[in-house]
Amino acid sequence: MIFIIWAIVFVLGIWIISTYNGLTALRLRIQNAWRQIDLQLRRRYDLIPNLVETVKGYMQYEQDTLQKVIEARSQAMTAKGVKESAEAQTALTQSLGKVFALMENYPELKASKNVLDLQEELTTTENQIAFARQYYNDLVTQYNTKQQVFPSNMLAGLFGFKPSELFEIAEAEKALPRVNLSLTR
Amino acid sequence: MLLFILFFLFIGGAVDYLHFDIFAPGKPAFPIATVLSLGFAAFATLTAYYGGSDIILSSLGAEKLNLQIPEHRELHNVVTEMALASGSVMPRIFVIFDPAPNAFATGTNEKNAAICVTSGLLALMDREETQGVIAHEMSHIRNEDVLLMTLVSILLGGIAILADWSRRGFYSSRSGRRLSGKNPLVFIPLVVLIALSPLIARLLAMAVSRQREYLADATAAQYTRNPRGLARALERIRDAAMPFHKATRGTAHLFFINPLRRSLDDRDGKLADLLASHPPIERRIALLYRMAGLPQFAAGISTMQRIVAET
Repeated sequence: MIFIIWAIVFVLGIWIISTYNGLTALRLRIQNAWRQIDLQLRRRYDLIPNLVETVKGYMQYEQDTLQKVIEARSQAMTAKGVKESAEAQTALTQSLGKVFALMENYPELKASKNVLDLQEELTTTENQIAFARQYYNDLVTQYNTKQQVFPSNMLAGLFGFKPSELFEIAEAEKALPRVNLSLTR
Repeated sequence: MLLFILFFLFIGGAVDYLHFDIFAPGKPAFPIATVLSLGFAAFATLTAYYGGSDIILSSLGAEKLNLQIPEHRELHNVVTEMALASGSVMPRIFVIFDPAPNAFATGTNEKNAAICVTSGLLALMDREETQGVIAHEMSHIRNEDVLLMTLVSILLGGIAILADWSRRGFYSSRSGRRLSGKNPLVFIPLVVLIALSPLIARLLAMAVSRQREYLADATAAQYTRNPRGLARALERIRDAAMPFHKATRGTAHLFFINPLRRSLDDRDGKLADLLASHPPIERRIALLYRMAGLPQFAAGISTMQRIVAET
């Protein structure tokens, strides 16, 4: 009888430890993933002035669009919190997408090696941001699910694990950027 | 995989029964042949395993990336993207100068993992397709397929050793005397089975390898959220149809597509299914397109995982 009770206590103990460790590990990975996104975003901030400088000479008729990119960049840099920064990033991604699309209209831009290099750099940064977010969201979903399903939800409540926030992607970002092909003024 | 281990234990037990009388009463029941053969095979494979990835890379003439070349820089960027998408450490990247489009992943864990592609692949594929291929290789690393295939080759080697011992022991008079005490209805099927066991083990190993390919395709689609890229990459490789001469039978299972392409592999028959280390390319493409077409993407992945779980 004593033996059975000890066995139950033992199994219970192992379960508590492994669940707790699992949740903690996930939380740390989420923090790390968030830092990864941050890192990519900072790289994008650094690249944007470069891009604008390089293409400014060629794209004289698109000063408005370029100005918008600069504005969106500074807005994104000052944003706080997951939701707000997600919105600012969305705006920045859209304005960048517009510049990329407009660049198609300038054959001499595509001939410049400098611009091509920069474009590849920005493309990969955009992709890296997207993939880092995707990974972050996958982790958060896993983490939040674990906190809500039985039986791990009992422990999550007991140890005070809180659900993390998903990095929402606005509907607008999923749609392709709209580009007006006629020259403005 | 479980089937494989059970099969190994069964063959080991059969050899032990026939030659060492382990199940006879009054003797210590220790499956000596099983343990010994496993030990030998593990030793041989593990030596290959620890020095392994460097030997493979240098034997294939793999070279480090040169970031001055735009194509190499793009490859580096794509790998970084996939490392982020899978949440793993950045693997080492190598290029083989060969026109045949192919790729493989090696390394025993995430930290010493390496991805290797041919220059032919870089020349042939656009960014999206390269991404699909790299995601596939990343999946192999994340799913610990290198470790799994090492285990498989340990078992495969163990069975080969057992069958060899058994065959030799059978001709010696000492064993012949031992056999006389046993029921022929039991030992004749056992002897036949042991004789056939290397072939059966080979078939099981190939089955495991094929399932891991399907799984890597599915995981790659999960990383890129874009099964079309990988599907198009496979189509391109199918149309290029160039064998990769530096690969050997021993390294064939590592690759993105079977480098030793024979016409057999591309046919979708029962026999081809059993003998190939990779699934038919057409079926891989079809499954990926089906995934892309599904409104609920998760359904496609779970279907793939069910296929894998069945074996």
